[in-house]
Amino acid sequence: MDATPTSYAVLVAFLIVALLFALVPLGVARLWARRFAPPKPGPVKNSIYECGLESRGDAWKPFRSSYYIYAIVFLVFDVEIVFLLPFAVAFGGLTPGAVLAMMLFLALLVEGLLWAWGKGGLRWA
Amino acid sequence: MDAGLRSELQRHGIFVTTLEELYNWGRSNSLWPLGFGLACCAIEMIAASMARYDLARFGAEGFRPSPRQADLMIVAGTVTKKMAPQGVRLYNQMAEPKYVIAMGACAISGGPFKQGYNVLKGIDRYIPVDVHIPGCPPRPEALIHALMTLQQRIAEESLTGPNRPRPLRPDQPGEYPVPGYGPHDLVPPKNPEIWHPPLIQRPV
Repeated sequence: MDATPTSYAVLVAFLIVALLFALVPLGVARLWARRFAPPKPGPVKNSIYECGLESRGDAWKPFRSSYYIYAIVFLVFDVEIVFLLPFAVAFGGLTPGAVLAMMLFLALLVEGLLWAWGKGGLRWA
Repeated sequence: MDAGLRSELQRHGIFVTTLEELYNWGRSNSLWPLGFGLACCAIEMIAASMARYDLARFGAEGFRPSPRQADLMIVAGTVTKKMAPQGVRLYNQMAEPKYVIAMGACAISGGPFKQGYNVLKGIDRYIPVDVHIPGCPPRPEALIHALMTLQQRIAEESLTGPNRPRPLRPDQPGEYPVPGYGPHDLVPPKNPEIWHPPLIQRPV
């Protein structure tokens, strides 16, 4: 396998072509807009779009942090199913060490589930 | 370029165009209307965009839910005084160059509700309208005709100079004043810079 310099040169050429492919149309569009369609910004035009109504308040407001319990429960079940399925498929041919590791992992997740349970996160509110 | 030379070249398989024509050709055939159905005319507008009349054949199928992506506002229906500020604000929020089709008797003049206390007597009191469609409601063919009229207009516009699209001209404002709700009427009741009613003088 000789001619590595030329093969790398091809890669560099591809990179340049890819960059130009993305940047040239953007640049041309920008120049075109500056020349033929000058922007006309204004307070109403730049305001938040809400079906024509004036927006009230700020869109950047904090959400209730109490949703974290849903995130934790979702994570417990989601991560569990991702690992449990391959674990069940390969169960017959696993070494005792691997089974022990998996059980430890399950225990960690079950601990999280128990914690959420105790906190009342499984009750539909 | 001379039109005769052009058709002669075209006969031999050579197509000549200008940047302006190419640009206008693309622009006029990819109008993206803002979905702004207000009353029964909206049903005809929907019918025009569906399979039977198929507005897509004329290059205006992309009804957008946001004014940021639209360049044509089809005011389809009765503009109540409650709705008029929203319409003007939406027009202001559209990107230039932008066009307006006032569809139906209500949108162009108030229509059968002209005597009503709560109906705006034509959206052209606040925003510049390019094509008016009469009718109550106009059939989808009428909307298609209005669209083709607008497309012809766009094809005749130029990139620079006084014949460029109206919103791009330097003397035209970037946005029009949004009317507010007054105790009896919209304040102001019309935009005098835009609203030029035809003066009809009866012979005495």
